[in-house]
Amino acid sequence: MKKEIRICGFGGQGVILAGFIIGKAASVYMDYNAVQSQSYGPEARGGAARSEIVISDKKIGYPRPTSVDLLVAMSQEAFDTYRDDIRDDTVIIIDPDLVKKHSIGRPLYKIHAQQIAEELGNKIVTNIVMVGAATSIFGFLKPDAVRNAVMDSVPSRFKELNLKAFEKGLEAGKNAKPGL
Amino acid sequence: MKYKRDPKRIREVLGDKIQFILGDMACVYGGLLAGCSFFAGYPITPASEVAEGMARLLPRVGGTYIQMEDEIGSLAAVIGASWGGAKAMTATSGPGFSLMMENYGYAVMTETPCVIVNVQRTGPSTGQPTLGAQGDMMQVRWGTHGDFEAIALAPSTVQECMDLTIEAFNLAEKYRNPVCVMTDGEIGHLRERIVIPDEKELKIINRVPATIDKEKFIPFSNSQIQKNSKVPDFPTFGTGYHTYVTGLTHNIYGFPATDKQKDHQELVLRITTKITDDREKLTMVEKLYIDDAKIAVVTYGATARPAETAVEMARRKGIKVGMLRLKLVWPFPIKEIQNLASQVDKIVVPEMNLGQIVHPIREYSEGQCEVVNVPKVGGEMHLPHEIFKYLEGK
Repeated sequence: MKKEIRICGFGGQGVILAGFIIGKAASVYMDYNAVQSQSYGPEARGGAARSEIVISDKKIGYPRPTSVDLLVAMSQEAFDTYRDDIRDDTVIIIDPDLVKKHSIGRPLYKIHAQQIAEELGNKIVTNIVMVGAATSIFGFLKPDAVRNAVMDSVPSRFKELNLKAFEKGLEAGKNAKPGL
Repeated sequence: MKYKRDPKRIREVLGDKIQFILGDMACVYGGLLAGCSFFAGYPITPASEVAEGMARLLPRVGGTYIQMEDEIGSLAAVIGASWGGAKAMTATSGPGFSLMMENYGYAVMTETPCVIVNVQRTGPSTGQPTLGAQGDMMQVRWGTHGDFEAIALAPSTVQECMDLTIEAFNLAEKYRNPVCVMTDGEIGHLRERIVIPDEKELKIINRVPATIDKEKFIPFSNSQIQKNSKVPDFPTFGTGYHTYVTGLTHNIYGFPATDKQKDHQELVLRITTKITDDREKLTMVEKLYIDDAKIAVVTYGATARPAETAVEMARRKGIKVGMLRLKLVWPFPIKEIQNLASQVDKIVVPEMNLGQIVHPIREYSEGQCEVVNVPKVGGEMHLPHEIFKYLEGK
């Protein structure tokens, strides 16, 4: 068993934290081997950023994805840059408000993560909404494991907000249907 | 300042036994577990997280963190702290490692136990700050002038960043030599699961302190306490053992003997053979499918990750390939390479440089087999198939 996940967006959106949460959920709370790596430009904000997670029940050699099972994109630039190695059956999740040009002739899941975050009062939790949605849609990650990892990874004064964002994301993911 | 290693406190500060953390952070954990009580450094990508982690955690176990003005000062402070009795470390990357070369030699010559973590990035010069490389593997061996022996470890996983940092402290204390943990931007910035060892699973070595009569103490000769040890007993500053410490060639009493051929030869032979006498004891390798291998990948550090995947791919195709991973690169494991070269037809050496450790491998293969250099530069690790293509038979 091997799962390869890529989360991408622009610097400052928290794509690396999102990847960290998924990696921690898989390795600490689901007892798999997991590695998480990242690449980003020198800018603190802006520029394409990506976080990649490889999860396996065996020892992980090469630590980066070679064939992505799940792609989550939160910016147009990242979506355009980081989807060159996807398969026909790769699960793709995008935020259609952030990735406007997403008609690539194959179905994908559209989650209005930023809008949901704004409704919760702070778009800073867009990444956590996406983590929730990805948890439901991808199906491999256990919601409890991811929830624990979210709670471990955010400052205590923002725990409630992040928890709400995660639950809203889970729900949005459950209701989502793939479309062109 | 008197620091006492408190295993319970260290574990309270480190937190959960199982964690998902960065390779750089795992070096911090290793340092704390080993009893490091002093860190001096200057932040540099991709090693900054080591300094950040130390700044956050070291004071909480009663240790001292200092940000210095540069890397020259950093290693100087570490050397001073070590003479004050502390287990001390610093962390840097290529450009800082170059600056440290002067004091690296000073630590060798003065037999100062200390640990340097080098999270390697691409060079020469400032190169590619955020990207990994293995370009300093020869610098650690030859980068400071004169005759010396390096001790250098190369972690391939986040767990090993912690484990080999502990080992680095043990070796530094045992041999009174600087020890380098040669990690890189790939492993340093990778997150993986680590398991923090319980106290009873840990082996901690401390330097042997001078305890002989103060009048009889000889600071730079074989141990006066341990039989057959070329490592002198350590006269911690402030304990009353008069010691003159200099980078100049010194006699056994520590005083400059710069015009004495015999004194210099004795000194340099002692500080090199104290390490090379134990070459085989020090050897740390991991073997995968070596027994029936006709082709072997010899690898270390980050490159071992795609190499292992490539070897697994080859085995699935029925190709008799094995892997020898060097966890300790210096002192070089001569016997392991000689034996391997007598068994296989070809040794493949992937490195994230234009070819460094391939040279001693070629030297100690002694012409018994073909040795192939598989370089990759530019800040990306090899893809598994880039190594695999060298394994598909001859």
